[in-house]
Amino acid sequence: MELVKPEIGLVFWTTISFLILLFILGKFAWKPILGAITDRERFIEDALLKAEAAKEEMSRLTTENDALLKQARAERDVILHEAKKVKDQIISDAKEAAHTEGARMIEMARVEINNQKAIAMADVKNQVASLSLEIAEKVLKLQLADQEKQDELVSQLLKEVKL
Amino acid sequence: MNNKSILNSKKIKNFLKYAVLLMVCAFPALSFAQEKDTTAEVKKFSPKEVILEHIADSHSWHMIGKFSLPLPVILYTDKGLEVFSSAKIERHEEGETVIYKGKYYNYKLDHNKILAVDDAGQVNEQATHKLWDFSITRNVASMWMAMIILLLVFFSVSSSYKNRVGKAPKGFQSLIEPVILFVRDDVAIPNIGAKHVKYMPLLLTMFFFILINNLLGLVPLFPGGYNLTGNIAVTLVLSVITLIVVNASGNKYYWKHIFAPDIPLWLYIIMVPVEMIGIISRPFALMIRLFANITAGHIIVLSLISLIFIFNTLWISPVSVVFVVFMDVIELLVAFLQAFIFTMLSALFIGMAVEEHHH
Repeated sequence: MELVKPEIGLVFWTTISFLILLFILGKFAWKPILGAITDRERFIEDALLKAEAAKEEMSRLTTENDALLKQARAERDVILHEAKKVKDQIISDAKEAAHTEGARMIEMARVEINNQKAIAMADVKNQVASLSLEIAEKVLKLQLADQEKQDELVSQLLKEVKL
Repeated sequence: MNNKSILNSKKIKNFLKYAVLLMVCAFPALSFAQEKDTTAEVKKFSPKEVILEHIADSHSWHMIGKFSLPLPVILYTDKGLEVFSSAKIERHEEGETVIYKGKYYNYKLDHNKILAVDDAGQVNEQATHKLWDFSITRNVASMWMAMIILLLVFFSVSSSYKNRVGKAPKGFQSLIEPVILFVRDDVAIPNIGAKHVKYMPLLLTMFFFILINNLLGLVPLFPGGYNLTGNIAVTLVLSVITLIVVNASGNKYYWKHIFAPDIPLWLYIIMVPVEMIGIISRPFALMIRLFANITAGHIIVLSLISLIFIFNTLWISPVSVVFVVFMDVIELLVAFLQAFIFTMLSALFIGMAVEEHHH
């Protein structure tokens, strides 16, 4: 059968043509095309990996931030608590000190007052004594200025004296 | 998946587009065939002759009606090289004998075979036997046309890649890229594995060469309609290339599997010859498969068209047309399928040859 008998001419031309086509396409078409496709795939894969890494980094940072925040909050609470305690302590200390001091001062004042009172009393006594003396002197001086009155007084005094 | 999404899917849409395109192509073919055979109708119509003439190679490129494109005839005789136009040897009417007087012998064309003859037209058996026909036949010319199309297509695609570095594919580039990726990801990588890079140019060239020739073979108008991938010489060359590449890249495991398999020694008498036959039979099957599929498709389409002339009535033509459209759509599938299978099996054989075994 003619159909299944390969003709030498077509075999020859097909071989040459196909090999040339293979060479030209391989060099000027497949190489750049496949190269570009591979490059692009690598680029996309790279970008995806980077995005994934960034996402992970993001979540890591977020958890870290959360932890830091939590820790900071706890620390703040502790500090506040301590501050409160210190404040209370200071206030109670101050109160106590004030109390003691006040009592001491009151005591001192009282002693002073007593002292001053005693001094004043003594003073008053002296003054009263001297005043009385002066008054008495003046009265006496006045009463005994004339004879009559002296007599009268003496008589009065004598009258008063009941024997 | 609901109905709407099935209809909207890209595959279906593309398939319909091609089907419509083929229908459009099939109608002129029919009218063309009718026109042409009105003269032959006078004689007894012989479908076998017509079909075989259509699927065989020829020395001129038939265009339309009586017009043919003459092609160069290149003959290597025992005395030297002869080059002349096929127009000088082509018959213009049935029964006419045209003898071309060449430098060394006289030649005539008999059923697309060039024979050396003497002055009286008697065949010179001795000279004919030593005649090597390297003519640029219709198949060679159309193969070159297909190759030019391939070069134009892939140079343009390649330049799109250069101009659009790091960008998404656009236009024609995005039509071709999925096919290239298909050959790489579904043909080369599953069969060959990590070593596929070296074989990609061969597989891609094979795939697109077979595909474009299958498709152009389906176009019934002038530049198309040839039967290149259904020609045993072409499939022979392609399968021999596969044979050479497979055996040239065979590693020690491949050769050990053939000449020293892990079987009892007495089985070697059977196994070694079987394996050695296998080296040849695998590419041989490739050659026959592509040849038979494409030729069969052409024969069926031509037979259906011939029905009109066999029954010698126009009323059978709707039946022919419907069946031809149906066949053309199937042939379109076959065009892709055979390109895929040839490339796939080549990749598989290469993969078997380069596979590393870890025992």
